[in-house]
Amino acid sequence: LAPWVPVVGLEIHAQISSNSKLFSGSQVQFAAPPNSLVSFFDASLPGTLPVLNRRCVEAAVMTGLALNCSINKKSLFDRKHYFYADLPAGYQITQQRVPIAVNGSLSYSLCIDNKMSQMVTKTVRIKQIQLEQDSGKSLHDDTRSQTLVDLNRAGVGLMEVVMEPDMCCGEEAAAAVRELQLILQTLGSSQAVMAEGQLRVDANVSVHHPGEPYGVRTEVKNINSIRFLAKAVDYEIQRQIEELEKGGTILNETRAFDSKLGCTVTMRDKEGKQDYRFMPEPNLPPLILYDTKSLPANLNHQQVVNIDCIHERLPDLPSVKRAKLVERYGILPEHSFTLLNEDGLTEFFETVVKETRMKPKKVIGWILNDLLSYLKQHSLTVKESPVSSFLLADLLNLLEKKEISSTAAKQVLAELWKGEGKTPLEIVKEKKLELIQDQNELEHICQAVIDGQENEVIMMVLG
Amino acid sequence: AALKGGLRFQVSAALKEGRVTATELCQSCLSLIRSTKFLNAYITVAEETALKQAEESEKRYQRGQPLGVLDGIPIAVKDNFNTAGIETTCASNMLKGYISPYNATVVQKLLDQGAVLLGKTNLDEFAMGSGSTDGVFGPVRNPWSYSRQYKEKSVPKSCSEDEESNWVITGGSSGGSAAAVSSFTCFAALGSDTGGSTRNPAAHCGVVGLKPTYGLISRHGLIPLVNSMDVPGILTRCVDDAAVVLGSLAGHDPKDSTTIQDNFKPFELPNLTDVSKLSIGIPKEYHAPGLSSEILAFWSKAADLFKNAGAKVIEVSLPHTRYSIVCYHVLCTAEVASNMARFDGLEYGHRSDMNKSTESMYAATRREGFNDVVRGRILSGNYFLLKQNYENYFIKAQKVRRLIANDFVKVFGSGVDILLTPTTLSDAVPYMEFIKEDNRTRSAQDDILTQAANMAGLPAINVPTGLSERGLPIGLQFIGRSFQEKQLLTVAKWFEKQVKFPVIELEVKRHDHGAFQHQKSASFS
Repeated sequence: LAPWVPVVGLEIHAQISSNSKLFSGSQVQFAAPPNSLVSFFDASLPGTLPVLNRRCVEAAVMTGLALNCSINKKSLFDRKHYFYADLPAGYQITQQRVPIAVNGSLSYSLCIDNKMSQMVTKTVRIKQIQLEQDSGKSLHDDTRSQTLVDLNRAGVGLMEVVMEPDMCCGEEAAAAVRELQLILQTLGSSQAVMAEGQLRVDANVSVHHPGEPYGVRTEVKNINSIRFLAKAVDYEIQRQIEELEKGGTILNETRAFDSKLGCTVTMRDKEGKQDYRFMPEPNLPPLILYDTKSLPANLNHQQVVNIDCIHERLPDLPSVKRAKLVERYGILPEHSFTLLNEDGLTEFFETVVKETRMKPKKVIGWILNDLLSYLKQHSLTVKESPVSSFLLADLLNLLEKKEISSTAAKQVLAELWKGEGKTPLEIVKEKKLELIQDQNELEHICQAVIDGQENEVIMMVLG
Repeated sequence: AALKGGLRFQVSAALKEGRVTATELCQSCLSLIRSTKFLNAYITVAEETALKQAEESEKRYQRGQPLGVLDGIPIAVKDNFNTAGIETTCASNMLKGYISPYNATVVQKLLDQGAVLLGKTNLDEFAMGSGSTDGVFGPVRNPWSYSRQYKEKSVPKSCSEDEESNWVITGGSSGGSAAAVSSFTCFAALGSDTGGSTRNPAAHCGVVGLKPTYGLISRHGLIPLVNSMDVPGILTRCVDDAAVVLGSLAGHDPKDSTTIQDNFKPFELPNLTDVSKLSIGIPKEYHAPGLSSEILAFWSKAADLFKNAGAKVIEVSLPHTRYSIVCYHVLCTAEVASNMARFDGLEYGHRSDMNKSTESMYAATRREGFNDVVRGRILSGNYFLLKQNYENYFIKAQKVRRLIANDFVKVFGSGVDILLTPTTLSDAVPYMEFIKEDNRTRSAQDDILTQAANMAGLPAINVPTGLSERGLPIGLQFIGRSFQEKQLLTVAKWFEKQVKFPVIELEVKRHDHGAFQHQKSASFS
């Protein structure tokens, strides 16, 4: 059987972290009472007009720069038309012709063979980033045959990040999205929490034989976590391969991922494809961005977005942070990935390192093996850890001063997890776990043991 | 005291000097509105709120602190502008009973200046039309139908024929506003202008109709027809009044991203005496097919007027004029299809009882809410926006639009200051004749002389020039350079002074003659 080459591309919608919406002044807030954050414009009252939110533009520029994109100094807004209850105007304002950023790249790392010992770096091309409106939410109440519409989300700013089909499996897709999530959170341009709908991922999947043209692709939606993303993609790849090997065909359709069943199901037929009748948005002039060179002197700086200024203010991206951690603390690259992957873990680690004389190379073991595995076991976040960084540092200091053995330290840690408020020193004293340094005392104890086990000693001496 | 035609008195001065109170003014206008109800110029008369506003104004005048020239001046607003608390219908079933929660920026500005909002005027449904005949509240009648000037010229067809059936249209789509100003029920009115909708009815009703430069006046709150061409229009009885209203409305609005940022300074119009430095362009393509010989004659005479006064009058060419109708048709219907997509019955407006599914509810709502004209344009517009057609229609039309706009750039760049053209092809036709052709045909015919200014975003103004043989108004149009309203209005004012357009001698078979005569030739500035 000829080998199959899976091809995976992603369309990611990230909600912009801003106080107000993309084109109106109503607030952006998660889980507010229904229809409490809706301006006249959001409700599409006739005669209302869009006004562009500066912060949203800056967020998109930041993200574009972080993803190595070219920022288009002139970008345009368009209307994308379709009828749906959660789209009050009957069209979405988006950037179809000329988006704000294009041609970037994202590097992400994968572990080979599931061990954290070997990491390989891959790159996915970013086709573009565009600004667009989010839709409202509609809930279908089948029992009462009605649809309930909540427009709180209608008009919230989104950045759509399009990743080219450079990925080949679920793991790669997941790693790429994870890295994007970290970048967005570092920039602050999006909080990117998938569970709160701030990051939504649609996957485009197809398979083909090497040397042949790309196969028909399907779009997979309704993916609610990074873990499910990997599952959905892998399932879809498998489904397509099986279908084609049976002699069947793949339909260009949209499929939904069913997380309970772990499979994708047909959602709607893309064959009778919607014609969105794109048209330029006449109420928004072209978006012009400047850099220091092109900035005219007489323009009001409040009215202007300077790409160079945004560039200067960019924080260290995850890849840079990781490199710095490796360099500063002598830890392994894989370690730096785990540190950044867990919210708050890097701060925890660095605090412990500061508070103890134990070498970071040793501290990292305690962080990743002991602390992290415990947290994972009990589904706790770093913030929720019953053992604070200071407590752990205290413990590690005892170990470093050779006041306790490493085995004893693990025992103390086990006690500390109970969160009873005792210090490591108190636990050591309680359980008499102190290391005995006194030579005489040690001889005394050994002698006592030998004296108490005469037979065993004779057996041992005789061989 | 009754005033002879041609004499103007300054209402604002009268208010200031206490010769008339704001309440008296308001009440006479309201009473006149009642007497002229048969014109069907108003959809909603906001009597209570108007009287309250008048009361407030009066108090300010008593304190000697009027807000400005417009304080206490009764005005009317076309019913496609949002007015908080007062129904805004766009003369459509879709918005019958719709009470907007906010004021359009231009409405707010007028109210902030102390103007008294009498009511909302009638129009073609959603401003689509050139007759003000296609709204759900019925057609607007041109006040000149009831003028002595018209009646004495019209030959009754038969004795049994009611004069009622002879009435002529106002033109459109801002016919209600034009009729309201023309019949003295208000001193100024807001219209809208997308392809000529302010200038056309202004010409037919014998009033001044100003289309400002696109981007000068905020569209926030104006329910859009074509966002890239719409402007709020100003209708008044004289050019000076138009300048005053313009001064109170123009300027950047942060709520409308298509308004220019530059600071606008309101101006007073100088009394031009020397036109020798002026260069007037006569675009030959505006000698359009169907142009009546009467209008041609007026146009010629006007050109001569300028020439004899020492101005340079030259023939110019705007070669792409003949493509403007089809170009407009494509772009207008495309934007209409888009703008009307929000009317689904969900958030506001008419909602059908059909509730088998969301789709069926949408379809029924839109069928019930929109008239044939609106639905026709939506269908056309969606066709042009289809992926397979977009390049050939929409993009092509955008390119042609650029060519049309460039025609003007070239002409103005060659030293011409103002263009002089007719506004309409003929005087107002009787309603019975007008409805023999459909809306689309009529719009295509009637817009030809006014559309191009909207394509190019230029300011243009209709100035009433004289009466036709049938005793009906004929107006001429001046088109100016972008944002050069001062020059445009200065020239218009000079011309207005030269032609001395007669005052309408409205014969209203009702009471209140005294109050009526008092208003006869009022301008407010």
